[in-house]
Amino acid sequence: MDYYSQVILNSIITGGIYGLIAVGYSMIYSILRFVNFSHGFVAMMGMYFTYALSVQLQLPFFIAAAGGIVLTALLGMIIERVAYRPLRFSFYLAPLVAVVGVAFFLESVALMVWGGGILSYDIRTISYKFLGLYITNVQIGILITLLLSVILLYYLIEKTTIGQAIRATADDIKMASLVGINSNRIVVIVFMLGSALAAVGGTFLGLETNLQPTIGLSVTAKSFAAVILGGFGNIYGGLVGGLVLGFAENLGVTVLPTVWKDFIAFGVLFIVIYFKPSGLLAKRQERGGRYR
Amino acid sequence: MFYHLTILMIIYSITCIGLNIVVGYTGFFSFARAAFFGIGAYTSALLVMSGVPFLIAIIAGGILAAIFGWILGLITVEMTGDYFALATFAFAEMTRQVFINWTGLTRGPLGLPGIPRPEIFGFRFSTNQAYLFLYIILLILVLIITEMYVKSPFGRLLKTIREDETAAQSLGKNIAKTKNISIAMGAFFGGVGGALYAHYITYIDPSAFVLHITIFFLIIVIAGGMGNNYGTILGAVMLVLVRELPRYLGLSPAFAASLQQMVYSSILVILMLVRPRGLLGERKLLSEQSSEEGGQIRNA
Repeated sequence: MDYYSQVILNSIITGGIYGLIAVGYSMIYSILRFVNFSHGFVAMMGMYFTYALSVQLQLPFFIAAAGGIVLTALLGMIIERVAYRPLRFSFYLAPLVAVVGVAFFLESVALMVWGGGILSYDIRTISYKFLGLYITNVQIGILITLLLSVILLYYLIEKTTIGQAIRATADDIKMASLVGINSNRIVVIVFMLGSALAAVGGTFLGLETNLQPTIGLSVTAKSFAAVILGGFGNIYGGLVGGLVLGFAENLGVTVLPTVWKDFIAFGVLFIVIYFKPSGLLAKRQERGGRYR
Repeated sequence: MFYHLTILMIIYSITCIGLNIVVGYTGFFSFARAAFFGIGAYTSALLVMSGVPFLIAIIAGGILAAIFGWILGLITVEMTGDYFALATFAFAEMTRQVFINWTGLTRGPLGLPGIPRPEIFGFRFSTNQAYLFLYIILLILVLIITEMYVKSPFGRLLKTIREDETAAQSLGKNIAKTKNISIAMGAFFGGVGGALYAHYITYIDPSAFVLHITIFFLIIVIAGGMGNNYGTILGAVMLVLVRELPRYLGLSPAFAASLQQMVYSSILVILMLVRPRGLLGERKLLSEQSSEEGGQIRNA
């Protein structure tokens, strides 16, 4: 029993991290119907920005993390400007191919600057025993920040004018433009917001495990799986999907040998695309990419 | 060095001509290339090592890859665009996990060393010159078959599917079957390319079949121009030079590897900005006006 409640706790933490990264992804997807392949690599960069500020420049961790988030948001803005905006009305595969290029560019930058080795944040973890469960101070911090981020995001999306504009654009970008919403500005804001959330998630991943430049690809794959699971066209879909994925991964490993963990993750992605392309929280039935 | 680079160009050309059938002619963005390349490489290597003749092993590698391609085509038959890309990507990663974890067959991360060099009718191709000769013949063969295939009515149907699937359907064409054949055929050449790679390098391990190699193949096809076999060969020549030349500059291997990656990912982005359809790419059959409208609908 204790073993399974521990697994559930771990599932909530990893699932929450995936969810937070995936929300940024699903926001971009729900507005532009655009697979942002570079998203996981952006999260990886966020992770390393925090590392650079906290370990290499010796700033206090919270300031470093905030700085990392701001830098990553700027990175998101640059990606939108360089690789997405000029290609928006180009050949239909061009934006996807361009962000694949961006993704591998970011990976090579990280490899050059921080090397291929495994790094970690310089943080002392203290383990507590609470109701028979083991939890570290870092995990408590992650849970609190996760909750705060979700509340903040909810407030931003549902209660502010910008959020209203984002929702309207996600609903129908043409109609939103007609009523005077500057859709280009909204796209930039969403890229920045999504990248900032990815940076939070990336930093958490770095805290939970360690820092590796090659992590980007699996983060991209997992957040896409989370978005599909949760449902396209729903901004919060990624959050739910991330939690489901976290549970699937942690529970799957209790049954199967851990070497097959990635096989399970990609298998789940494959099965989900096949059986439930519209997702669990889908607003409307959608299938396929070319005739949307 | 000249022979090495040219042989690599030929191997990649054969593989990418297969990929071009799927991506360039049929218009489906497949991320599964590394999987077919790997299946062909492992199949052929393992067969030759257990005594099967070289030519049969290479064709067997291609056929096994084609069977997997056929199955993948059956599963992904209804998927388009991003979904197809992601499904093929998931398939490729699953295949790689099998290469890593099925240690009884593939020796896992240790890889397969000492793959024999080809031997046909008692003649052993041990020098690079002989190799080059053999591979050029194979490339010409592949090129002739593919050109015949894409110039046939069936090949024109592929382009129709790329330009407008609904229109093709309304003419009573069997889209699913056509798509499947093209994926399987692309996979066949991918497998053959993988087999040729394995017998040239004489060592394979799962890290040779990661997504990066798929991306590399895609760049070759896109850079050369989608839907143009000569463009693909041009792309292979260009990209092999970009990728292999930093090795001869005397940089440290780790730095050279990330530099390579940086160079060709930048080329990819710049190419998309300048020529989204590649160097020798075809113009879209529909007018530019309606294609722009299509873009807006897609983004709306």
